[in-house]
Amino acid sequence: MLTWLGRQTLCAVTEIGDFSLFTAKSFCCVAKTKGLAKRVARAVHEQGTICLPVILIVGVFTGLVLGLQGYHVLSRFGSQGLLGTLVSLSLVREMAPVLAALMLIGQAGSAFAAELGIQRNTEQIVALETMGVNSLGYLVTPRLLAALVVFPIQTALFVILGICGGGLSGSLLLGVDSGVYWSAVHRAVEVGDLSECFIKSAIFGLLAMSTCAYQGFHADRNSSAIGARAVSACTTRAVVLSSILVLVADYVISSFFV
Amino acid sequence: MQSSPHPVALHVEDLHKSFHGKSVLRGVNLQVPRGSVFTVLGPSGAGKSVFLKCLANIMKADAGRVSFEGRELSPYDSVAQEGFRRRCSFLFQSNALFDSLTALENVALPLEQTTDLGKAEIRNRSRAALSQLEMEDFTGHYPAELSGGMQKRLALARAIVTRPELVLFDEPTAGLDPLRRNAVFAMIAKYQRQFHFTALIVTHDVPEALAASDRVALLNDGRIGFEGTPSEFSASSDPVVCLFRDSAQALSDSLAEIRRSNPMPHTL
Repeated sequence: MLTWLGRQTLCAVTEIGDFSLFTAKSFCCVAKTKGLAKRVARAVHEQGTICLPVILIVGVFTGLVLGLQGYHVLSRFGSQGLLGTLVSLSLVREMAPVLAALMLIGQAGSAFAAELGIQRNTEQIVALETMGVNSLGYLVTPRLLAALVVFPIQTALFVILGICGGGLSGSLLLGVDSGVYWSAVHRAVEVGDLSECFIKSAIFGLLAMSTCAYQGFHADRNSSAIGARAVSACTTRAVVLSSILVLVADYVISSFFV
Repeated sequence: MQSSPHPVALHVEDLHKSFHGKSVLRGVNLQVPRGSVFTVLGPSGAGKSVFLKCLANIMKADAGRVSFEGRELSPYDSVAQEGFRRRCSFLFQSNALFDSLTALENVALPLEQTTDLGKAEIRNRSRAALSQLEMEDFTGHYPAELSGGMQKRLALARAIVTRPELVLFDEPTAGLDPLRRNAVFAMIAKYQRQFHFTALIVTHDVPEALAASDRVALLNDGRIGFEGTPSEFSASSDPVVCLFRDSAQALSDSLAEIRRSNPMPHTL
């Protein structure tokens, strides 16, 4: 039992070290990679367009549900006028960064891990290296840089749509005065809340995409699965691990801001 | 053919590689003359691809030395490895083409990423490489839209576009019919003479390799069992060489023996 525990701990420490090195190397390639701006722009476009419909739908419905639930809870204390405060702060400080990150992991992260897994399986990554092309710089760096842009933008979009959704359910369906709702939103959200929101989303983006990249890039390392199964296994691992990492990071970052 | 007067391009000394305790390469020694077509023959599973991947540092050898143009290529000497990569190309058995890039983009990729050439020059050189391989009408096609032979030509175009001094061919005719096998070997010989690179091929196609190569070696049981010219290989009385070279005759003899001992019953 003790041997097993020791072995697992060593494996975990090695993996964390390897992952950190992988992410650091990916960023160190920025100066050396040719045509990086073009590839980053393409990655921003890909990640952004893939995830936009999901962000729109989930953002609106999260706001609608928050408005509905918030109204019924606040009405118990006769504080329906605080609905704007509740919806906006919940979204800005917690729900939008986390939910947007989870949606982006499900869409862009999984696609990225699978693409890299297939490229590893079909020797495309090895081919790059034999040509003298830095495979991390060419394949991974642009996606990581794009994530630093896309995640905060999508989160901001999520916040706006969520607040609109909350306003929709609160003022149109439940009778809260829209002026009261929007003035509560305006008074509640401060610069510190927005900073927390954007810092979180950028960190989540970096963590999620580097985890997905790491899993896809090393799809051949898992000895229990080869070929197509290795690709599916690495994609599953990428989604599960990055989702967990986002939630853990959310707690850690929140504890600094609260 | 006489032994080649060229200086040595690639020098391999006592190369060892094992997987999970099973030895695949057990001390390979080889000298590849510069500007020659050198073929390493061997049965399936003899470790030919592993040998080539150890040379290209795709796999790390357990022991041994590899030198290119007199400079040792230690796996830990990143400067030497980078220099080697710029002067060497690798043609994969699976072609390893980028499926999301068109034929032209595939060929242009190494130039874009490893040289300081301008866009126009890269485009011209990529188009020239494709047209030399009679692929000028397929520049906008994706690899999945091309036949197996065309994909092979595209991979070769990508390999030669950087004007390498050494091209490593890993089973270039795997999975191709006899006509296409001949065409691929003819193509390698033709472009080797045109671009003067050193070609190191691993294959198990004996007749085609003998026709197209300047020198051949036989990798068997993890070691080089024979090295010489194609005519020396054809004339060799070494039992391993005979077994590999005359495998078609051996099959014919076996079938004749089976037919003699089990005659077909007469049917009505």
